[in-house]
Amino acid sequence: MMKKDADGKNGIEKRHYVQLIAAVLYNCNVKGFATGMISDGKLKGVCVPGLNCYSCPGAVASCPLGSLQSGLLSSKYRFPYYVLGTIILFGLLLGRFICGFLCPFGFLQDLLHKIPTPKIRKNKVTRILSYLKYVILIGFVILVPLIKLVPGFCKYICPAGTVEAGLPLVSENEHLQGMVGFLFSWKVWLAVVILLLCIFCYRAFCRFLCPLGAMYSLFNPVSFFGIKVDPDKCIHCNACVRMCEMDVKKVCDRECIQCGRCRKVCPVDAIHFGITDRKRDKHSPERKQEQ
Amino acid sequence: MNRCVKWIVRGVLLAAGLFFLIFGLLNEGFRDVMNKAVVVCLECIGIG
Repeated sequence: MMKKDADGKNGIEKRHYVQLIAAVLYNCNVKGFATGMISDGKLKGVCVPGLNCYSCPGAVASCPLGSLQSGLLSSKYRFPYYVLGTIILFGLLLGRFICGFLCPFGFLQDLLHKIPTPKIRKNKVTRILSYLKYVILIGFVILVPLIKLVPGFCKYICPAGTVEAGLPLVSENEHLQGMVGFLFSWKVWLAVVILLLCIFCYRAFCRFLCPLGAMYSLFNPVSFFGIKVDPDKCIHCNACVRMCEMDVKKVCDRECIQCGRCRKVCPVDAIHFGITDRKRDKHSPERKQEQ
Repeated sequence: MNRCVKWIVRGVLLAAGLFFLIFGLLNEGFRDVMNKAVVVCLECIGIG
């Protein structure tokens, strides 16, 4: 059956192909999955834009969030300027377009949400919960590494680490199997709960928990590339906000992952992907009315 | 956000991002990230 929001002939959004390519590129060390050994190539010094655990057997580059936490752990000796600069530049160039197109864990959540079940729509509670990711960012990504000297988010929460690295490595490595304890059980339980929630609630992890998304959300209003609204065409019908499953109040606010699905419901084609904002036409009827 | 303010913010962030990136590279940030990422992170996988 063809879906209404589908781009391709087979009912698959074009965005999913980009997500798939990004996930494969981040994890193209195929040998690692067979041997249970992680890559030790020089690319591991480079951070990818999305959430992708560097301990995944397939990962060829680093996770910006893991790198930031490990940098903060040793910031007494050397502050992680390099990782911070990378995150600022990724955020400024693309904002949360990264969440919508370039994050493998986001892709996994998109796929899970396609399982046909009753869905939880956005509401006041989900809007309030969307602030939780900022608490996690400050608490687990910044304060815990600085005070307790452990990568708080990776250690206690990150489901991407559990799914991409923990489960494959532990299942293939007997030595690691002997070291499994309460923490591993906690992380597996949490990952299962989060993934189950994603079936019923669109991108639950991105919306409520992801500190990388929280960081990129701060750049969303000023990012160079992303989804833009043409103010001359927009008739303020709010169809875009109503159809969006994220907790957005307007297109390209902090919660917008710039997936572009709202383009299909816009009756006047006012939404587009672009590099910079379109200048408002002085002679447009709307502008004249305002004046 | 005002168009002019937006461009100022973009300029400041671009300068800050490039400065941090270059300063970090000169400060062996690349090697720090690589050294951490080439060994299995026990915390990430839920063991450490």
